[in-house]
Amino acid sequence: MSQPLLSVNQLTMRFGGLTAVDAVSFDVYRNHITAVIGPNGAGKTTAFNCITGFYKPTSGDIVLIHKDDTEYKLQEMEDFRISQTAKVARTFQNIRLFGGMTVLENLMIAQHNRLMKASAFTIGGIFNTPTYQRAQEAAKKKALAWMDRVGITDRADDPAASLPYGAQRKLEIARAMCTDPVLLCLDEPAAGLNPKESEELNALLRSIRDHDDVGILLIEHDMSVVMEISDHIIVLDYGRKISDGTATEVRNDPAVIKAYLGVVEE
Amino acid sequence: MNYFIQQFINGLTLGSIYGLIAIGYTMVYGIIGMINFAHGDVFMVGAFVSLITVIVFGITGTSSIALGIGALILVAAISMVIAGVYGWTIERLAYRPLRGSFRLAPLITAIGVSIFLQNFVQATQGARVKPLNAIISGGFTILEGNDFVVRITYMQILIVILTVVLMSGFTYLISKTSLGRAQRACEQDMKMAMLLGIDVNTTISTTFVIGAALASVAGLMYLLYYGVIDFYIGFSAGIKAFTAAVLGGVGSLPGAMLGGMVIGLIEVFFAAYFSSEYKDVAAFSMLIVVLIFMPQGLLGRPEIEKV
Repeated sequence: MSQPLLSVNQLTMRFGGLTAVDAVSFDVYRNHITAVIGPNGAGKTTAFNCITGFYKPTSGDIVLIHKDDTEYKLQEMEDFRISQTAKVARTFQNIRLFGGMTVLENLMIAQHNRLMKASAFTIGGIFNTPTYQRAQEAAKKKALAWMDRVGITDRADDPAASLPYGAQRKLEIARAMCTDPVLLCLDEPAAGLNPKESEELNALLRSIRDHDDVGILLIEHDMSVVMEISDHIIVLDYGRKISDGTATEVRNDPAVIKAYLGVVEE
Repeated sequence: MNYFIQQFINGLTLGSIYGLIAIGYTMVYGIIGMINFAHGDVFMVGAFVSLITVIVFGITGTSSIALGIGALILVAAISMVIAGVYGWTIERLAYRPLRGSFRLAPLITAIGVSIFLQNFVQATQGARVKPLNAIISGGFTILEGNDFVVRITYMQILIVILTVVLMSGFTYLISKTSLGRAQRACEQDMKMAMLLGIDVNTTISTTFVIGAALASVAGLMYLLYYGVIDFYIGFSAGIKAFTAAVLGGVGSLPGAMLGGMVIGLIEVFFAAYFSSEYKDVAAFSMLIVVLIFMPQGLLGRPEIEKV
């Protein structure tokens, strides 16, 4: 396999006496969907929060490698730079859109940094200079393209909070993609979706994987989603990695079966 | 009737000044949920900076209105920049280190900053009132009744026009530019804005700078309109502008402008028809009434407690 996009090495996160993530290592590859699964309390979300800068890990390395071989040590970066410079985007289990802003504005916000640069930190924005106008148009075009891809074009000017649940999830993914990420982290993207929406989500994630040159890392409880779309699955239990491999390999791993179903004491 | 119209004009002028200050309160509250009690004193500093600039440039009353306006725009620009630096510094030194601390902490430092600014100006500029001769004088009569003449001065026209220009420019900034979008995003969900790569700290600093710049223009207007300032003007003007922000609905920008106008009118009418000594009482009673009966203000959203 080629060089990994994200390399997590001996990641450990302690909260007081509790070790939520214990020396976990794994790799995420470009154009791959990598799923992290595990029973409740396994440390999935904690690991995720470390990668996206919500938590500073107790120890361990989280290294993101761009195409030009620049390496970013995510655990040492100021939180907003993880998105701005390292290009990691994430979504949430409980959707966090800017509910009062329109769908279009939500997608424009994600392109904030490029627009700020084009507007010479807003001075150009006030006077509406041609450079800013061009950047604004380009940003709008990109936003429209993503709205089209997730099928919410007709709702462009509605407040994000007024969208149906399934559409909000897709908008959140579209917004994350508008930041031009190299790594897209999704926290339970299928939670609360009906089977049809779940199907659409699978199609969307596959199309992002195949066409957008990103690596996708997701946490998911819905096994139908995980088993169907993941190229690579990592199983955590009590903060430790217990299995790592393709869907078939993981499914047949006795350690995984034990963690999920328990074993009969003989 | 003529008397009423005259008072209405005076009220709008005063209301413009309050409205410009109120924007600073409401914007900061919107984005970080704190009342910046030092804002009134930034307004006072703006007035002093304007006065100093006027003296340094040797601007005096002139018969040419165009020349006068040009000079004042220069003064406004300089005092906006300097007050902006004050705003940035206050945020950086007094509020940013306390972000994420308990809610009262920045409120207490805000009061501290307010006291500091007052004493700083008192110590450096002296406690006596500072007069300034009218730079733009004159006006014209718009209504002539048999008992009362309604006059509108050029100064009043300038204040109202400048306020309208600044407020529309500012509304454009908030609604159309990427900075405004980022501010609104930070207002709704700061953490999420950060995850989308928005530099939240810079956005908040910019908010303080804009608020301070608008307050300094208000300070300049106050200086020109009343012709005297002292180190203490920030207190009562600040509280009235705060009342205006609460009345309009804290967090709502059109609300701050509307609230400013309403407070200006209330104060002027109270002074005109009841007692000019108690005009401050009228404005502050308004604050109490609004807080008790309409805490969400005229244009504010009702507060929904997040669980």
